[in-house]
Amino acid sequence: MSNSFSNKENFMRGVKAAVPIAVGYIPIAIAFGLLAKSAGVPSYVSALMSFLIYAGASQFIGVNLIVLGASWWEIVITTFILNLRHFLMTATIAQMLEEKASTKWRFLLAFGITDETFSVTSFQNEKILSRYYSFGLNTVAFASWNFGTWIGLFFADGFPDLLKSSMGIALYAMFIGLLVPQIKKYRPALVVSSLAVIINCLYTWLPLTGNLSSGWGIILATVVSAAIGAKFCALEETE
Amino acid sequence: MNLIYLVIAMALVTYIPRMLPMVLLQNVKLPAYVKAFMKLIPYAALGALIFPGALTSAGPDHMGAAIIGSSLAILLAWLGTNLILVVAGGIAGSLLVNLFF
Repeated sequence: MSNSFSNKENFMRGVKAAVPIAVGYIPIAIAFGLLAKSAGVPSYVSALMSFLIYAGASQFIGVNLIVLGASWWEIVITTFILNLRHFLMTATIAQMLEEKASTKWRFLLAFGITDETFSVTSFQNEKILSRYYSFGLNTVAFASWNFGTWIGLFFADGFPDLLKSSMGIALYAMFIGLLVPQIKKYRPALVVSSLAVIINCLYTWLPLTGNLSSGWGIILATVVSAAIGAKFCALEETE
Repeated sequence: MNLIYLVIAMALVTYIPRMLPMVLLQNVKLPAYVKAFMKLIPYAALGALIFPGALTSAGPDHMGAAIIGSSLAILLAWLGTNLILVVAGGIAGSLLVNLFF
């Protein structure tokens, strides 16, 4: 099974869908470059982080922990916890992906899964997810993340602080832009996302969890609210 | 040189959770409940990612900028504006607050 587009058309659909991601990624990646540079991390290490790790939150926290002189174990474990949520996301994408996507393709496409590429991919309109669509989307997102990092590293001194702190909101604005239209047309989306917000707030603000990483809060809130929602959804859909 | 090993270790623990389900869960038929669970994961994950993280997204001393920027983004998204403009509006809203307050 596949959708009605050619491989090339699917690739271009992916490229187009990635434009808003690039708009959100470039300022954040610039901010990452600026932060890493001002923290004294060598530029080639920061550039390599964006190229090999390719996970915004982990890179920011990684730089912070390096500056704080945290142990390597602490840094690696924090990164791991923070990125466990991608386990759920790729599990979801793995189910949507067309059968033609071989194991090799899957090794490649898995590298490109981020919060943003995942969200855009899961809301694409075609019933079958083309591997070329994913490839186009992931490539543009990855390129823009690396491009932004270099800009930040090379032009670190030219950026006013005001602009730097205002750019931090870009990713969140994108999450909002992805979620709100879904909430309007699909009631379970409203219920489940509200539930996740409540659980994450409880996790963050109640003094139950000590100083566990915020990555756990996101994972816990995601799993619990989707599990509760699925209890009702599964019933609806089998009727 | 040592930092490079750290980057490689971080890259591995980032890639593994991305890769395992992608490779292992191909052509597996899942029960209806698990399917519904996975269908809801994007909404749940986005909710948890947005709040309360957005409050501190403009830095610890700029919560007002973050709230105004996020609210503007919500408004634009609710009106059905293009995603690029939602992002641009969020940045602009937060920049304006930072400029004038």
